[in-house]
Amino acid sequence: MSVFKDAGHLFRFAGLFVLAFLIFLVVRHYVVPKSFGQYGHYRAAALGEIAAHPAKFAGHETCEGCHSDVADKKSKGKHAHVNCEACHGALFQPLPVTGQPKPNLYERFVALIVPPAPPDPLLLRHAEDPTSVKPVLPDTTVLCARCHTASTAKPKGFPQVVPADHSNGMPCDTCHQPHSPGMDAAAAPDATAKAAGGVK
Amino acid sequence: MNLNRRQMLILLPAAAIAWKAVLAGTPEEAPNYTMSDHWWGMLIDIPKCIGCGNCVRACQTENNVPDGYFRTWVERYHVSDWEMKNPQDIMTNPLTDPQVISPDGGKEGFPVDTDASGKYFFVPKMCNHCADSPCTQVCPVGATFVAPDGVVLVDQKYCLGCAYCVQACPYGCRYIHPEKRVADKCTLCYHRITKGLTTACCEACPTGARQLVDLKNPKDPIHEFLKTHSVQVLKPQMATGAKVLYNGLDGSVR
Repeated sequence: MSVFKDAGHLFRFAGLFVLAFLIFLVVRHYVVPKSFGQYGHYRAAALGEIAAHPAKFAGHETCEGCHSDVADKKSKGKHAHVNCEACHGALFQPLPVTGQPKPNLYERFVALIVPPAPPDPLLLRHAEDPTSVKPVLPDTTVLCARCHTASTAKPKGFPQVVPADHSNGMPCDTCHQPHSPGMDAAAAPDATAKAAGGVK
Repeated sequence: MNLNRRQMLILLPAAAIAWKAVLAGTPEEAPNYTMSDHWWGMLIDIPKCIGCGNCVRACQTENNVPDGYFRTWVERYHVSDWEMKNPQDIMTNPLTDPQVISPDGGKEGFPVDTDASGKYFFVPKMCNHCADSPCTQVCPVGATFVAPDGVVLVDQKYCLGCAYCVQACPYGCRYIHPEKRVADKCTLCYHRITKGLTTACCEACPTGARQLVDLKNPKDPIHEFLKTHSVQVLKPQMATGAKVLYNGLDGSVR
């Protein structure tokens, strides 16, 4: 033991190191999220949190479940590849957030330091409650012009008009039927249009 | 507590199953979705884009993107005849000096072009979901990352809002969310693609100019498309491994 005769201070120092390392391990255990490092240098649980975001566009399959007549008509016309929600907007519409309690003084103070995340709006679901929740019918004057207003930047083969010259301000659906926009499909009622097979 | 052999034989497998369930964590993701089966990207077919702004509006609705900020936006490029006839220096070269506009991200369309000469075209832009992304490399806390399925995501609970990634992105696709004060960007609609839906911008695109592609899926039409078309990514010289593939991309696009 003569080697360690005067080494007491070294042992104390080593003990301090061990203690500090243990404290580090304990702190690390509580500070680092459980899933950190599962797939890489990030929190794997974040993937699930991001995937849990509510979807608002339901996809055309959801619409076609009930509106198969429209889907049929559309599939024969020029708008076959335009999805329902491209014109009608997202199926799930956000409810206006109402009845939020007014923040008290403390909450407002905290909000100064840590701004609160905006509340996720509740979603109205026309697909679940078709009678009471009706999507807004788009105004064709605005809607059609978004795509079909003439511009040199648009592909040459794409049908384009100068709305003022083309219709004198009349709404497009006076002549065109949006689901199958050829002219005779518009003039005829739905059944005749279907029989005629729409217009290319 | 005294356990006999019979009780032990029942208890041990039960404990093993329970432990397995604990280890599995919280599988909030779609149960039928395997990350390793996918490698997501997007195909943007420029000759099909009509600049209607449907994608920008759809993205804003789907992802609660604040006004004035964009996860995707549409630019209109104009290369004039004069530039094409005078390519002498960098300021007049048609490849280096196009005029680009994107009013409100192209959300409400574009003004009528006054100069009819030259060529005009629309270029939708978004996060390129780079396989070797500069934005994820600079994050000091590991709050942004390339997911195992190739989507670049932000962990908004972990993000400090230091904005290093906003500066690092060569495509300008990130911003600091004005209310949450953390980095925000396109998630490639991760909440949709993990459930088998396409992204909101692809769903809303009326001409099919945008298509979600899964480069790991052998049945995806992208493979046939790549065989028959000349496809380019933005800023290939940055070697970011961008996965937003552009068909018909003009050399002037940056």
